[in-house]
This record gives sequence, structure tokens and C-alpha cells, in this order.
Amino acid sequence: MQYMLILNETAEDFARRTDPATTGEYWGGWNAFIGAMAQAGIIVKGDGLQGPHTATTIRIRDGKRMVQDGPFADTKEQLGGYFVIDVPDLDTALDWATRAPSALSASVELRPVLPPMPAPGT
Amino acid sequence: MTTQPDAAERAAEKAARSSYGRLIAILAATDRNIAAAEDALSDALLSALDHWPRHGIPANPDAWLLTAARNRQKNAARARTNHQKAEPDLLLHLFLPEDAPFPDERLRLMFVCAHPAIDPAARAPLMLQTVLGLDAARIARAFLTEPAAMSQRLVRAKARIRDTGLRFALPEPADLPERLAEVLDAIYAAFTQGWDGLDTPDAPDALTGEAIWLARLLVALLPEEPEPKGLLALMLYCTARRAARRDAAGAFVPLEHQDSRLWNRDLIIEAEGLLTDAARAARFGRYQCEAAIQSVHIQRPITGSLNLTALRTLYDLLVAHTDGIGAQIGRAIILAESGDPNAGLAALDALDPARVAAHQPWWVARHRIARLSGDLDLAETALDTAINLTEDPALRAFLRAQGPTSPN
Repeated sequence: MQYMLILNETAEDFARRTDPATTGEYWGGWNAFIGAMAQAGIIVKGDGLQGPHTATTIRIRDGKRMVQDGPFADTKEQLGGYFVIDVPDLDTALDWATRAPSALSASVELRPVLPPMPAPGT
Repeated sequence: MTTQPDAAERAAEKAARSSYGRLIAILAATDRNIAAAEDALSDALLSALDHWPRHGIPANPDAWLLTAARNRQKNAARARTNHQKAEPDLLLHLFLPEDAPFPDERLRLMFVCAHPAIDPAARAPLMLQTVLGLDAARIARAFLTEPAAMSQRLVRAKARIRDTGLRFALPEPADLPERLAEVLDAIYAAFTQGWDGLDTPDAPDALTGEAIWLARLLVALLPEEPEPKGLLALMLYCTARRAARRDAAGAFVPLEHQDSRLWNRDLIIEAEGLLTDAARAARFGRYQCEAAIQSVHIQRPITGSLNLTALRTLYDLLVAHTDGIGAQIGRAIILAESGDPNAGLAALDALDPARVAAHQPWWVARHRIARLSGDLDLAETALDTAINLTEDPALRAFLRAQGPTSPN
């Protein structure tokens, strides 16, 4: 089954990415985690995301396009990246999620990926 | 060959009761779909009621039901395949000969029901439904929940098992103690839920028997593990004293005043045996400890005195094993009764005020300990609060009788 690891991070985590004093340790932790997953051959796809200050949100209301910077949600944790992994079951996915650096400081949410839709007409 | 319809019905009911969980576990193991397995099995039971009276009860009713349910599942799967290419499932097409013994998958089913990814409030109900086949309405009554809410909770838990891909397997040896604890806690939750309603005269829905049944099953399936035996012993000790918990007028009788002749000797002997057997594994745990505490209380009528030293040791151990508030309160009472009421009061006061403010047993304990320490004002205030927090009328009456003039 495929699961998405939704990797949430704190504002401090985002800051650690670029702070010269912490950047080595920060990326070292992630590289170790990603390297282990790559070696196990379970990564389907995945990316880190830039911080919430780069977010832009769009809504269509009454046919009108509304573009907004943000959100700058008042929450402690923000989406920092994601991976889609292919493993036999939730328990295995949980074991991997436990090893993500952000599980220590923020959280990792796990969701099964919907199976692909059948081609039309079959 | 024909059979009387009621005989066929009885055979079907017997097979249903004794094999429900076994069959659900096997049927659900292939695709994790407990709800579909339940549908398939009810269909199979219905068709048994139709076929058996006309064609005779099969030699192996369980195997007959399994085959019939598998055919239902296969048809349902075929119907789904028309919309969505389902992955081929070898087991789904496996056809067991009628006389072949089939594996007992109930253990896996119990571990899935008590998975940490399942809502804790759904674990015990889910186990009762899938392993024992109890219906949602009955479970809801025992858990003092609306049937609709309980059904929804169960449906949601089953959907989670189907959609999130929980591992339908026994945990790895390294994970077993933690996961087994979840299973034991769920069974004990079913027991205590039933226990609370047990003293109400019209509480036919008490789940104590079902919880004991599940624990017996667990002991049989995991004979090397000591904690299931500890849990079973604990529940048997409590059940053994059931008849002595109320007097002829229905009034509550505390443990130390119970007529031990009313205790069920067979259950006590069985519990003692289980506890001894569990101790052989030399792996101590919370349920063995709680059962051992019960065992000390049960020995009072035999030895003529309560072994407070043993109780104190056991409560110290229990507190080290759980952060349960009941264990802390029990330990405080034993401290006071062994002659150190101030230490008992201090132990009570050390508990988180937010957790104990509305916790009736804490106030009862405070009354008892304050009394032992001679602080009658404190004892009376605590008793008033305890009475206000008590819902059971018999227990309220008992507490009222503990007023300042009572000899206790």
C-alpha cells in the first residue's frame, strides 16, 4: 500500500534549515532518514517544501478569483515536506514515520493514498 | 434426510456462538474488511437456516459456514471487480475440504481490534463484536452509550481497519508486550464496564462473562504469556465475590465485612491456580499484581487476618507498574491501615488535584484515612463530597451510614 508521510515542522525547525549554526545538523538528520528510505527502496516520490511564508492561496468565490498570501495560520506546526512510500501495511509505515526528524519536534501524519482510478470504459 | 427446523436452528446458533469470532477472523484476514466478513457470515447463517432443515446438519457446521461465507465474499468481490480491478487474492479462492481443521485466527483479530491506531474507546466494543458476535445495541447498553453512537463508533473503526491497512498479524516478539497490554486493557475495559452495572438488579447486559470468555481464549492462544493469566485470575477473583457484595436487603457490603461463605470457591481455586502458573514465567506485570492483591484479600477469612505487609509490597509494585489512579489510592489506604495514616493522607494529597476532584473513590479513601488519623472534621467533609459524587443508590446509603456516629 502507498502512504503519504505528511511531515509537519515547527517555526524553529524552518529556521534551523538556514541558520549556519544548525543547518548542518538539520539537513544531516533528514539526509539520514531519506537515505534509509531510499536504501529500503520504498520511496515513490517526495519533496521538502519551502516555509509557510512562501505560501499563496487561491479561492474562487462568485466566479471571481481571489489570491491571498499566506496562510499564516496560528498553529505551532506547518507542512514542511512529504513523502509517498510503498510499504506492506500501516504498521511498517508507522515504523518509518517514527524515524522522521520532525516526529521529535512536531508531528508526522500518515494517510493511505487512494488507489488509482480505473481507466474510463473498463 | 430431514431435520426438525428447531434442531437445525439450534445447531446454527451453536455454530454461530462458538465459531463466530473464529470465522470472522479467517474471513477478514484476506482483505481486512471486517464489515464485509460479518455480512458474508450472516448470509451464510441465514442460508444454513434454510438448507439444514431440508438437507440435514452437515458433519462440520463450521466448515460449511466458512465455505458458504467465502462464496458470498467471492460473489461480492466479483461484483466489485466489475468496477475496479481488485488484486487477485489467493486465499479468497481457497476452498477448504469440509473436514479439514482450519487455523484459529482469533488472536490476530484481537490484536487488530486493540491496535494503537484504533480509537481506545472502540477497542473493547470492537473485540466484543468481532470475536464474540455481540450486537451493537447490546454493547451500547453495557457501555451506557446510545446504540446509534456505538454503531457509528464500530463502523468507523472497521472502516479504519479496512482503509488504513493495519497489519493483520501477530506483533513481532519485540512489540508483543506493548501490544498485548492493549489487548488486555481492552478486555479489562469490557469487564469493568460490565462490573459497574452488575449490581443494578436489571443489568442483564453486564459484559463480565464475555470479558472472562475473551481472557480464557487469550490464555489458551498464548499459553506462554503470564499477563493474560493474571488478568483472567483478577476477573475470576472479583466474580467469585459477586454474591457477597450485597446483603439480603440489597445494601452494599464492603470487602472486609463480606460473608466469605458466599464466595465462589471454584472460581477462587481456579484463580489461585492461574496466578501460580503465571508466576512460573517470572515476568511480573500489572494484572498479575492486581490479581495477587485480590488473592491476599481472599485469604483473610482463612488466616483470620489481613496480610498488610504483603499488600503494601504489592501496592508499591503496582504503583511502579502503572500510573493508574486506583493503584495510588489503594496504596494510600494500605499505608494508613498499616498504622501510618499521615503517610496515607500525604500520598492522597500528592495526586493531581484535577484528576481527583470529581473522583469518588479518592474522596471515600480520604474519608477513611482522615478517620484513621483522628481528623473527624476532614473525614466528614470528604464523606459529604463522596456521597454527592455517588450515583449508585445502595452505595450512597452505605456511605451515609458511615457518618460521625458510625462505629466503623
